[in-house]
Amino acid sequence: MTVTHRAQDGPVPPLGRTTGRRRRRLLLTSVVALSTALVAACAQGSGGGDAAEDVSFGSDTELSGNLSVMGFGAGDEIAQVRMEAAQKALGDGVDVSLIEGDLDIQAFLSAVAADDPPELISANRDQIGTFASRGAIIPLDDCLDAEGVDTSVFQEAALAQVTFNDQVYGIPEFNQVQLTQANGDLLAAAGLTIEDVNGSSWERIAAANQALAKSEGGKVSVIGYDSKLPEFLPLWAKANGADLLSQDGRTAQLDDPAVVEALEFAVGIYDAQGGFPAVKAFRDSADFFGENNQFATSTLGAMPMEQWYINVVNDVSPDAPVVYDSFRGRDGEPLAFSSGSAWAIPKGSANPQAACTFAATMVATDSWMAAAQARADIRAEEGKPFTMSPTANTEADEQIRAMVDLDEPKFGPGLEAMYAGLEKTFTLPANPADAEFKTAWQDGVNRVLNGQQEPAEALAQAQEEAQAALDEAWADWDARG
Amino acid sequence: MSTVARVAGPGVAAENPQRLRARRARKRQNLRAALLFLSPWILGFLVFTAWPVIYSAYLSFTDYDVINDPTFVGLENYQRMMEDPKVRLSLWNTFVYTVLHVPLYTIFSLGLALLLNQAGRASGFFRTAFFLPKMTPPVAVGVLLLLLFNGQDGLINEVLGWFGIDGPNWTTDQNWIKPGLVLMSLWAVGSSVIILLAALRNVPAELYDSARVDGASFWQQTRRITVPMISGAIFFVVIVNTIASFQIFTEAYTAFFGSGNTTYSNDAALFYVIYLFQQGFEALNMGYASALAWLLFVIILIFTAIQLAVSRRYVYYEGEGR
Repeated sequence: MTVTHRAQDGPVPPLGRTTGRRRRRLLLTSVVALSTALVAACAQGSGGGDAAEDVSFGSDTELSGNLSVMGFGAGDEIAQVRMEAAQKALGDGVDVSLIEGDLDIQAFLSAVAADDPPELISANRDQIGTFASRGAIIPLDDCLDAEGVDTSVFQEAALAQVTFNDQVYGIPEFNQVQLTQANGDLLAAAGLTIEDVNGSSWERIAAANQALAKSEGGKVSVIGYDSKLPEFLPLWAKANGADLLSQDGRTAQLDDPAVVEALEFAVGIYDAQGGFPAVKAFRDSADFFGENNQFATSTLGAMPMEQWYINVVNDVSPDAPVVYDSFRGRDGEPLAFSSGSAWAIPKGSANPQAACTFAATMVATDSWMAAAQARADIRAEEGKPFTMSPTANTEADEQIRAMVDLDEPKFGPGLEAMYAGLEKTFTLPANPADAEFKTAWQDGVNRVLNGQQEPAEALAQAQEEAQAALDEAWADWDARG
Repeated sequence: MSTVARVAGPGVAAENPQRLRARRARKRQNLRAALLFLSPWILGFLVFTAWPVIYSAYLSFTDYDVINDPTFVGLENYQRMMEDPKVRLSLWNTFVYTVLHVPLYTIFSLGLALLLNQAGRASGFFRTAFFLPKMTPPVAVGVLLLLLFNGQDGLINEVLGWFGIDGPNWTTDQNWIKPGLVLMSLWAVGSSVIILLAALRNVPAELYDSARVDGASFWQQTRRITVPMISGAIFFVVIVNTIASFQIFTEAYTAFFGSGNTTYSNDAALFYVIYLFQQGFEALNMGYASALAWLLFVIILIFTAIQLAVSRRYVYYEGEGR
């Protein structure tokens, strides 16, 4: 006993060697312990835990604490006025902070995984299905009930896009729709009208494209018609009577003959102008958001485009000779692919009640009307016509429409076309593999545009990839119950 | 006693126990101080490098969507990798880029360094001028590529037009995307030029004097003296750029997959790390992305080992006695 004791404390060489060994062992143990602690800590952080959350929403609850909002910026009066209304609804006890810019999915999901998410996010509506299926956001049916929100005021397509497995996971905010935008001078010079390029007749679009396009020695100088691929394939397919995805979000329909035909037509428009590479290179060289945009410089005949471009042209080149009409299906009826943003509450939100009140107030009809009035006042001061992007709130849109001067010769027809499109919108249903599905069909279109495959072959491959992704994601969802 | 100790030489057993204790105490003190000063780096290395590397190895055997707990799936991710055509495509793209980029970049760097070495007093100015583009953020380089290489009105095609050459659509024609990216990569050649220039300055002047006496031309001096003498630096540039080429991401992603092209993309620009990023952060297949990362690690390891083996035959290090 004594010897052992001395051996532990004594300075003699053999004992010193023992001490060194022990020190190394201690060091090794410490490294292992530290690593284990790190593993445990990180494993805890990355674990998702329960997807279901026991959150109670009640409008009579006293609100307090912080409310960090990710993916939303208060850069204009439309945002600022509604934020003031939301802050007022929350009361002085809630401190609102914004993490501005588009929602950074990587940052958001990392925050959820680390159990430290923002209290509220503003996301693209087509991301909601994926977030919901992975348990990153919580259902909002109780929130909407507690805030007394009548969901029937939301545009049907927008609401469908944020509804997953019969539960509402997002509160729709803005809305985007497409309309036909064309250069009136170029059309007139070629003896054409906006009806020739509004989509109701593909034969007339092809003929107009031939008449409007100009190129010399492989250099494009005027794009006749830009069918806006790959992003508008869903629009062209729907115009031809087909959906890319079944209504239940489980079956890809990319190899539907009507989708193939739509792609063949839209790609053919580029082929007739020397091929997509040349047209895209010329399109990329344009000053899209500046005063020398394609309409102002008469280097583009016509294209389907989102309604916000009316505002751009209005701001930077009010004298550009633009004419508008709805984008129309082959049956001649207006048609638009609806997209936009939605509010959602992350799983683990530290202040879901405040988040719910904030989101509900931001999309309330009164808030939209106050914002619209602020915009109208500013435009009146600048001597410009009042224009405003549509919301996903049909009640607000109806009232805002009454404020717009639809008889204004320049932009009135554009706004009229926008409202006509809003009444005939469609979306792709929420699904748990949105990103993979989108990648599959866009890659398919790109392979055709880049000359690697024919439309039927490309869409057959896309169908296979998309369906595999959907099957896997739905299987995961079904397994989670 | 002390005499005996001296005769015994440096043997530890013969040392005075007190001096031994003091020496050990000093050693311990030094070790503690060293560890204390190193601890920020060690901690950073453990948390931000070692741990993610170890954890990614574990994740590569799981199905992990970032939000829910990882589920062990064995070798499923590795098996999927073998069957995934995009893995083959992205590896091929990356390999072609590397084969084009590394030799061109090295030769261009060496050429500029040789010119700079002759520049005399103006060398300082040119060194700075060549290095400045290296400071440009890679995202800006990606955007710049789209502007300079635009097939319709880009500067590159305009210059080619002066010589009667009708330039291609560099950014949209799939046959010209990789060559365009390789040419654009020469933008950031500055750091390698500085390394090679430093090596050139260390070549003994006597060797050139002797060669000149023997009537060697500039080309002969470069081939027989300069290149062998700076082969260590050239090898460093080659190996570092090979690794960087296998990891090409930012410029290509910005130009062909980022904000400038949210929906348009081109298979010719789908490099391996871009596909890895898409799987991890867009499709949320973090387990699969981790397996992809480990495959890249093994590939780079093999290429580096081959280069090291080849270097033993061709690379000369001063003082190595060969």
